[in-house]
Amino acid sequence: MSATASAPAAPSFLRRAMNQKRFAFGFVVTLLVVAFAIFAPFFSPYGEQETAGSPYSKAGLFGTDYLGQDVLSRLMHGGQGVLVISVLATLLGMVLGILIGVVAAYAGGWWDEVLMRFNDVLLAFPQILLALVVLTALQNPSAWVIVVLVGASHAPRVARVARGVALGIVSRDFVVAAEALGEKRSRVILAEVLPNMVGPLLAEAGLRLTYSIGLVAALGFLGFAADPGAANWGQMMNENRLGLATQPWAVLAPVLMIAIFTIATNLMADGLAQISQRGED
Amino acid sequence: MTATRPDAKQQETPRGGLVVEDLGVMLTGRPVDVVDDIDLVLHPGEVVGLVGESGSGKTTVGTSLLGYARAGALISAGKVLLEGRDVLKMPWKEVRQIRGEEIAYVPQDPASALNPSIRIGKQLVELQELRGVGTAESRLQAAREGLAEVGLPNDDEFLRRYAHQLSGGQVQRVALAMAFLPKPKVLVLDEPTTGLDVTTQKMVLDTMAALCRSHGVSALYVTHDLAVVANIADRVAVMYAGQVVELGPKDTIFANPSHPYTRALLDSIPHLSHARALRGIPGRTPAPGARPEGCRFNDRCAYAQDKCRQQVPPLLTVAPDHEVRCVRVDEIGAWDINLGTVPDADPDKARDVILSVEGLDVFYGRKHIVHDVTFDVAKGEVVALVGESGSGKTTISRSVGGLHKEWTGTIAFEGRSLATSARKRSAEDRRRVQYIFQNPYLSLNPRLTIEQIIKRPMELFGLAKGKDATDRVVELMEQVALGSGMLHYQASRLSGGERQRVAIARALAAEPDVMICDEITSALDVSVQGSIVSLLEGLRQQRGISMLFVTHNLALVRSIAARVQILQAGRVVESGSVVEVMDDPREEYTRKLLSNSPRID
Repeated sequence: MSATASAPAAPSFLRRAMNQKRFAFGFVVTLLVVAFAIFAPFFSPYGEQETAGSPYSKAGLFGTDYLGQDVLSRLMHGGQGVLVISVLATLLGMVLGILIGVVAAYAGGWWDEVLMRFNDVLLAFPQILLALVVLTALQNPSAWVIVVLVGASHAPRVARVARGVALGIVSRDFVVAAEALGEKRSRVILAEVLPNMVGPLLAEAGLRLTYSIGLVAALGFLGFAADPGAANWGQMMNENRLGLATQPWAVLAPVLMIAIFTIATNLMADGLAQISQRGED
Repeated sequence: MTATRPDAKQQETPRGGLVVEDLGVMLTGRPVDVVDDIDLVLHPGEVVGLVGESGSGKTTVGTSLLGYARAGALISAGKVLLEGRDVLKMPWKEVRQIRGEEIAYVPQDPASALNPSIRIGKQLVELQELRGVGTAESRLQAAREGLAEVGLPNDDEFLRRYAHQLSGGQVQRVALAMAFLPKPKVLVLDEPTTGLDVTTQKMVLDTMAALCRSHGVSALYVTHDLAVVANIADRVAVMYAGQVVELGPKDTIFANPSHPYTRALLDSIPHLSHARALRGIPGRTPAPGARPEGCRFNDRCAYAQDKCRQQVPPLLTVAPDHEVRCVRVDEIGAWDINLGTVPDADPDKARDVILSVEGLDVFYGRKHIVHDVTFDVAKGEVVALVGESGSGKTTISRSVGGLHKEWTGTIAFEGRSLATSARKRSAEDRRRVQYIFQNPYLSLNPRLTIEQIIKRPMELFGLAKGKDATDRVVELMEQVALGSGMLHYQASRLSGGERQRVAIARALAAEPDVMICDEITSALDVSVQGSIVSLLEGLRQQRGISMLFVTHNLALVRSIAARVQILQAGRVVESGSVVEVMDDPREEYTRKLLSNSPRID
């Protein structure tokens, strides 16, 4: 029921969004980067861990890296891991955060107070530090550990935003009307409150995705990737930083990819935020 | 657009005052007129009421007297002559000088016009500094005099206050004092008393009218409230869809309204002296760009003929100073103010009590808001809760509806006492007592369609499902005079009146026995209020639904309710049948309310 309730609003929102240059540009570039990450491995000149020449040589478009692997091929293979982990982490963070925020706003009183103060404690922890502490304790972190860590570190931030948006909605009369009819609390949240938060939450999701990529890449750079041998944009920067003077492309190429992707997702998020502000009726 | 005006009138441009000639305002994006063909003269010392419903362009006209059009619109034609000088042709520096100094503006919401972090005295002095009026000492003295003129204290203690330390009426009078300080020649007031209680409203209006007359200031009073205009204006201009449709001396307009729109508007206004069968105006006010050809009112007019659809009628002079924009003005006959009068509700009718409230005390946290309130509602009866803001009327209704749970006492429905909050009540009790909210813009979920909104109570209470439910939705929409074409509209596409009808349909969908109506017409235009009230009256008669009707409008009570509870500061000060209370009030407070209520009868 909640899906059908929000369905009619979604297409019009997306259409409005596509009319906005900022969003349209960000959206297209994001799609291109995603398409690159998914399809590029099929066209790479070399395999993911195949040596193409001597280390830091000029062979190929972007030269070779510290092990003599082709940088272009590594770049083509290295996107998927980063993007999948980032998207999953963002989803996890959003779901957890929205849950905490909306429940706090809707319940109010003591529940709100306890949830949000606990949330503040989590917020006081630097995002990356929490991830590092756990990762150093684990011997062989698998991909889902990183997803959980990044997602969990997003949750309190999302929760604050979600609570702020929800506070403006739960006091509106249509929510009170649903209460007076005796609707189930879960349905009030799903059918009455959440559909009205779609705009701001989409914008927040875009922003969180940007942070996720940064965080996952940073973890990779610091050496905490799921698979140390596999290509990974963040890890590539770390591996090749010693050769920055002789073979800068080995570092610059992944940096550029991450930069383009974060800028594009940020534009998208900004655009969504603007539309959701304007679109409030 | 300008029709040939047969009356080459009043070129004798009076000394002082303001003359508006052929004013037009357009949207910037599209060539669409917001208002057009406005001719208006404000004589010195005269108050002209500019009346219209939302969307009529009255505020647009008001602000264009200051040479201002809001973003997205521009003043495209005409002249605004202040002592022979055209305000619209002046360079902007001069316009800035004139605004406030010669043409002053009092906004609808004075609280937003005063700076909350500057003391009142400082603001009054600052205004003069900005204008370079007087010296340092004389400014403070002038500020004190200004406050005295509007009947406010002017001691140091008052001058040191901030805006939030004043009441709504005081803030409005400070705004009035500020407007009068630079000794303007023309005053534009944009609904300055909307949102004030009748007592404060009366005080502000009297102050304003007295000042205008004593200072020889011409004032344009923009409002949607005909009753207010009847009390203060010398002349009245009625606007509809961007044009003045009728213009004349106040007494003429109210005794002999000649435009069908003016008549329809007057028919939809309740009177204090007797009950009326209120009627609304069918349809809705057309937006700029969607206005019909010919006479703008032709699609809603009972007297419309083919010729009304062909050409925009000119303003015809039917009597000295009385102009009407209707080609059939001589054919539509006379109008009688008592046309809609119906007998008052019979005070001696046998009552079968369905809902009773006894010893109700309501709290917000530690604050004790409502004290020991007792009343009851019989089957098929409308009971009104009346009071000024802060009287606790809405609080009581919310407690009865189970929306507010911090109360003690007994609220009994058919003899069974109800639990405090809606959630603790049985589904059957929740179904049979329905609540309708004041603001239809907040009470409908903007993401849901009308069908989903109206259908929900049926599904929830197991009254109907699927196809049956949809059929019932269509049926209900017909009952509240909404076309079934709106079935799949989202609430955001509807006008205020239409939304309120949806809210009523949603309440009806639960097949209630009692409806609690919390100021449900206060956010709506009078013509819409008229149709909503007649809809409720029909429901009461056909379905025998009882209503608890919360309002601040005593005239409305006379027309809709059988019994009334007058509330003051959380206590019932007087109660009884409407006829007795209103014709023969026993309490001082009730008398004060009645005498302060603006009336046209």
